[in-house]
Amino acid sequence: MDFNDSSEEATYRQQVRTWLDANAPKSRAAADDGEGAGDLTAARAWQAKKAAAGYACITWPQAWGGQGGTPIQSVIFSAEEARYPIPGNPFQIGLGMCVPTVMNFADEATKSRFAAPAIRGDEIWCQLFSEPSGGSDVAAARTKAELAADGSGDWIINGQKVWTTGAQFCDYGIVIVRTDPNVPKHKGLTMFWIDMKSPGIEVRPIHQMSGGSGFNEVFFTDVRVKDSQRLGAVGDGWKVSLVTLMNERLAVGGATGMGWSQFMEAARDIPGMEGQSALKDHAVREKLADWYVQAEGLRHARNRTMTALSKGQTPGPESSIGKIVSAVQMQDLANSALEMLDQYGIINDPDLAPQDGGFQSSVMFAPGLRIAGGTDEILKNIIAERVLGLPGDIRVDKDVAFKDMPTGR
Amino acid sequence: MNFDFSDDQKFLKTEARKFLAANCPTSRVRKVIDDPTVSWDPELWASVAAQGWLGAAIPEAYGGLGLGHLELCVIAEELGRVVAPIPFASTVYILAEAILLAGTEAQKTALLPEIASGARIGCLATSEGPGVTTDATLKATVVAGKLTGVKIPVTDGGIAHTAIVLAKEGGRAGLYLVDLTGPGVAREGLETLDPSRDAARLTFSNAPATPLGGAGEGLALLEQVMDRAAVLLAFEQTGGADRALEMAKDYALERYAFGRTIASYQAIKHKLADMYVKNELARSNAYYGAWALNTSAPEIPVAASAARIAASEAYWFASKENIQTHGGIGFTWAVDCHLHYRRSRQLSLTAGAPRLWKERLVSHLERRNTAA
Repeated sequence: MDFNDSSEEATYRQQVRTWLDANAPKSRAAADDGEGAGDLTAARAWQAKKAAAGYACITWPQAWGGQGGTPIQSVIFSAEEARYPIPGNPFQIGLGMCVPTVMNFADEATKSRFAAPAIRGDEIWCQLFSEPSGGSDVAAARTKAELAADGSGDWIINGQKVWTTGAQFCDYGIVIVRTDPNVPKHKGLTMFWIDMKSPGIEVRPIHQMSGGSGFNEVFFTDVRVKDSQRLGAVGDGWKVSLVTLMNERLAVGGATGMGWSQFMEAARDIPGMEGQSALKDHAVREKLADWYVQAEGLRHARNRTMTALSKGQTPGPESSIGKIVSAVQMQDLANSALEMLDQYGIINDPDLAPQDGGFQSSVMFAPGLRIAGGTDEILKNIIAERVLGLPGDIRVDKDVAFKDMPTGR
Repeated sequence: MNFDFSDDQKFLKTEARKFLAANCPTSRVRKVIDDPTVSWDPELWASVAAQGWLGAAIPEAYGGLGLGHLELCVIAEELGRVVAPIPFASTVYILAEAILLAGTEAQKTALLPEIASGARIGCLATSEGPGVTTDATLKATVVAGKLTGVKIPVTDGGIAHTAIVLAKEGGRAGLYLVDLTGPGVAREGLETLDPSRDAARLTFSNAPATPLGGAGEGLALLEQVMDRAAVLLAFEQTGGADRALEMAKDYALERYAFGRTIASYQAIKHKLADMYVKNELARSNAYYGAWALNTSAPEIPVAASAARIAASEAYWFASKENIQTHGGIGFTWAVDCHLHYRRSRQLSLTAGAPRLWKERLVSHLERRNTAA
């Protein structure tokens, strides 16, 4: 038991370090918000540099333009890269989920058209799955595609997607739509890739409760797509989406933000109950210990996952607990920090609040994190069903034609 | 990155599980619990000794197998799963480890081979009454090599041959080895929450006591001993927590209510998922503790505290929610749920309650933070 690289890993890490030392940016562009949308130019430039040197899409097969590398190489690169002030990564969803779906299901011409520009960062992809009527229940999608009346074989898409990350700057996307409402919901779906500049597509930013606008609504009004844009067979959209979502776990990164060490730092300087530092309050210390233990548990669960990858094994189910623990902790920890600040806790001005207002922004962002990429409840279902082997929920809509499904509003 | 047990260690774990399935079914635990005149299982103790487990981490020169602490961790986890009614922790994690840490050559030569063979059982006597025993409250005293004082409760105090006792000599706290079969020792059995483990009140009246470690170093040495024990106990607790989750899962899959298995209700599924998450956090922290222990890393105090806190929380949660998942039948004596509920209390309380470890953890983080 140790934390050391194998000799191949050490060689690779050294090679990566040498390259990063010569090529990584030395400072972060002022406009970059760290979420990717802030400075697309810087993000694209960095992506192109990595692609040229063979550090983009490390695990993709060489046939796709990747490096045919191992997951652990990819992990090593990401860990080393994170030591530099690199731009945000608006390519993650596209390269992690959308383009692999295209590469699995599209024809040769499409594949060769899209892979290289995506790897270089010239073209960015988004994923159009969630809808106002279906977030956790993606298969309840209502956005529909019908064959064009002109007999061209084209499809006409109408409907609305929601929570689409990056839609405002993306070039292409993959969209799941209903092509047959007369069969049960999972059987009437079909997947297409689309050009986000197509006539009839309107992107509207969502004003989040946290104040920002990182996500969008995407409206489709008579958007025409060619049948050659179809990914997989008509009616196989759900199966195709499973391939996309299978990659989600690897693509969705760990939560960043306020953790136990920021909390501890803040507590040290804030007056506590007896006039001494809040870090001397017993209630504060107990919570700090709990968060440290959770954070360490996650860190070492990741180390166990890395170990499995390093040995060429499939990681165990321990990797499934990350988001659920970190999102809940983000909310609780940030709220405790506000309580520690007492009346001052309501102040949301980064110039006045400790940690540049980080606890206030975490409190306001955490509700979203508990929902995005699988709600707490869906993740618990997944652990219960896939890890513990408990039965799936009873589905009253399983054998009902989509058009006859109870839908509420 | 190689943050996992080796194939050999995993093999040992598999073998240990098989051995304990055959030699320590819960019917054996019940023989101890159901008979008020019995507080442990000497037959199981003898067979565990024959496996060499008692001396797994004791060097060969002192009659042990000379394996590392990682081997001890996998054995601990398996003992925790089966709620083993034997003084393994007191003897192996505490007495043997303390002697290895601070014993003189003569103490090692005299005691370690007997521990490895199963002939000598140990116990740790620190508590003197309700609440936390500190330097300020400590009453037991040693004068001219003779110990006087009362210790309560002492886990395995009724069956042990050697006690490690915390006492003051010349106003300074130290650890002492006391032969419990010698003069000046009175033992009185105690009724505890976990009758599958022995416990006693020990009354010392001028009992011969020999120092373990340097004079006045008692509290520091005790912390070192408890850090090491905490990692091993965390594996026991994690083993118990995993078993409690399995029990809850198995029962939920076979119990029907309202026309379907209760495992199909989200209220149960989510409860079990919560157990799983806590158990994985505990396991991951325990692994880090194992690494620190095995390499004698300076991180031991922090790693051990985290392992102890996470494992205590996981076992408590899993053992109580296992009863809840079982419903009424889980509240009966006949069903095994209470064995884990009881053992979770025993393990959490007798090596320092979690709130003490939380305080200890934060103190270390403060120091580390200031140093950095």
